[in-house]
Amino acid sequence: MSTHTPRGPVLDTTVAPAAARIVEALRPELLLTQEHHMCPGCGEPLALRGFLDTLSEMGVAQRSIAVAGIGCYTSFSGTMDVDLVQALHGRAPSVATGVKRMKPDAVVFTLQGDGDMVNEGLQEVLHTAARGEQVTCILLNNGVFGETGGHMTATSVIGQRTKNSLDGRDAEYHGYPILIGDLVSRLEGAAYVARGSVHNAGAVARTKKMFRRAFETQVERRGFSFVEVLTMCPTGWFVPTADGPGYMNDTLGEVHIMGELKVDGVVRTTDELRIENEHRQHEIEAALARGGLDT
Amino acid sequence: MTTVSIRSRGTVTIDAGHCKGCELCIPACPPGVLAMSTEVNHMGYRYPQLYAGCTGCAACLYVCPDFVFEVFRFNQPVMSDVEVAE
Amino acid sequence: MTATLPGRAERTLMEGSEALVRASIAAGCKFFAGYPMTPFTEVLEHFARLLPEAGGTCINAESELEAVGMAWGALATGERAATGSTGQGLSLMQESFSELTLAELPMVVFNMARGQQDYFQATRGGGHGDYRHIVLAPQDVREGVELVQLAFFLADKWRNPVLVYGDYLLAHTQEALTIETLQFPELPPKSWAVDGTKSGSGLSGSVTPLGVSKHGQPSFGQEGKAQYIATKTPLMEREVRVETGFLDDAETVIVTFGSPAKFVKYAIKQLRADGHRIGYVRPITLWPFPYDTVRDAAAGARRVGSFELSAGQMVDDVRIGVSGQAPVTFIGGVSTDHSGFGMGRMLDVDVIRDRILALHTDRELPVIPGYEEFTYALAPHQQEAAR
Repeated sequence: MSTHTPRGPVLDTTVAPAAARIVEALRPELLLTQEHHMCPGCGEPLALRGFLDTLSEMGVAQRSIAVAGIGCYTSFSGTMDVDLVQALHGRAPSVATGVKRMKPDAVVFTLQGDGDMVNEGLQEVLHTAARGEQVTCILLNNGVFGETGGHMTATSVIGQRTKNSLDGRDAEYHGYPILIGDLVSRLEGAAYVARGSVHNAGAVARTKKMFRRAFETQVERRGFSFVEVLTMCPTGWFVPTADGPGYMNDTLGEVHIMGELKVDGVVRTTDELRIENEHRQHEIEAALARGGLDT
Repeated sequence: MTTVSIRSRGTVTIDAGHCKGCELCIPACPPGVLAMSTEVNHMGYRYPQLYAGCTGCAACLYVCPDFVFEVFRFNQPVMSDVEVAE
Repeated sequence: MTATLPGRAERTLMEGSEALVRASIAAGCKFFAGYPMTPFTEVLEHFARLLPEAGGTCINAESELEAVGMAWGALATGERAATGSTGQGLSLMQESFSELTLAELPMVVFNMARGQQDYFQATRGGGHGDYRHIVLAPQDVREGVELVQLAFFLADKWRNPVLVYGDYLLAHTQEALTIETLQFPELPPKSWAVDGTKSGSGLSGSVTPLGVSKHGQPSFGQEGKAQYIATKTPLMEREVRVETGFLDDAETVIVTFGSPAKFVKYAIKQLRADGHRIGYVRPITLWPFPYDTVRDAAAGARRVGSFELSAGQMVDDVRIGVSGQAPVTFIGGVSTDHSGFGMGRMLDVDVIRDRILALHTDRELPVIPGYEEFTYALAPHQQEAAR
């Protein structure tokens, strides 16, 4: 994290530097356009870059099929350069099941939000995981219905203010949030379950590795794979965009703990993940101090 | 003020026209060489500007929701002078 | 059990559910997902047993909502796929049925209904928005085998869901049959389907109920998509199919569909033998409804009756067809067995004949013995309604 104000002249960043090559392109190879309708500070495009680049890097892009749910991210249905089936709100895991059974060699993944997956279609993802379907479900979890303008979802955390929990989510009145990754990890058919985040560069890089392991799980036909990603929604949280990552880390991130919840059939506890995360943070800061993150 | 010489293996370009001014890149930049403009782009958003000292680490790109950064690696590392507050 | 009669193909005794499933497989159905529910359950059982043998997949979906979603996914890859239930289970699927129509996915849906009380659901849809499904209503297993294959063809021809409307009797009646694969005109390849091979090419595709397309490809927008589907619907009305009998000199015309139609036709034959000028119209497609046939039949008739095992649903379409040329009387009624699954006391040739004759001779409809005890009685605070 920077602590000082940069000084000196502003550099020209409109043209590519001489004697240099591109190592990270403007937009993911699998996006047809850079433009999108997401709000400023939205975390969803960060997760999008992560899994699209992973598909490209694994060399499976040309046999991948996306099944999109309904939420803000649905606008990427038209801009992802991936064959796509648009599902109804909550129904993507079943649709993905039908796709995968007919196209077993395809890499099939769903793209859903917490309102889509954990509210409207909770049974879909649980049944699909229990069946051990060889698909990957990707959840963009921001703890709020962003598209309708900031309403409480099944993953909103206690105390979280939304348009229909104005004084904060109250356990006695609104009930408790569902930790969907934890739920899915307990199911026999789920082979790989992870919860990532995009609140900083290190978390983005770590989440990308989770996408890789999830898709590898599917390609190797080891069972159902699941990646939940905590994403910022400053609009739906009513916080300034620059405060989004901090707000998320302090609220959602304290309840929905980042980490790999199930690897090779071994389920990890929340406490184990907390300790692991502290170690990770030290490593990432050290790597950044050395001048970069290798992904 | 002190001037230090740092070794850089790369840098970035910034597509300011697509920036929505969220400022996520500012604290994400490890050497702290990004700052928001005072001018606004055609959409009315302020956007990040680069000062000397970029290492090409790509942290800004990882946290940019609007895909405005492109990261370059120099064929040979470049040394540049950076002014830092004491 | 198989048997060969002289001069005929080998026939196998099988129940209707199995025949419908074998007909589906003959039509190239590769995927089925369903959830058990009487009287549809055996359709699922036979798909679960026979589809894998034929190289397909049958999933015992955890709910109807998921069954229709799974079939949606299979269809999007270009394979022929189906789901089904009773009307109750189809109620749960209505959101998908509506949106499948917008996504132009050729789903075949089986409704093994309890009674005939799902006519509105089938022809009007319980879902939201402007949509229609082609609805085929076989009168028996033999016709069911043909109509199931036609259903898969029509679904692909129009890229629109097609519903096969059966009932307890169709699902469970055993008949000796040969499942012959029917030939239909060739259809264009499903270039709209997605299989992943266009991903990353810049020309990836999408199957969607929304009005969007991939960036750079022409798209309708939400407004345009609704217009587009609305203009396709009237074209599908060309698929109307109907059977008629004894209409030339008919004073009384009975409109009837599905399994009960066979009983009605038999009763009318008996009445004809007694010299009564009665004819019938049997819609084979409930949507599109054969309005023109009903209109022409009513033109020379003195009265029209609608016989259906419901509180009176198809009678609305009969009235539209008749267009005031003759009085229309509902002569059917709610009729299930004690469990609510099967056919009730009204599905009886004698009962039906009495009702048709009563209509024909301008007498009051006879009461079904035992049903009077279920008649709703006005409570004191409702007396106003009786005035």
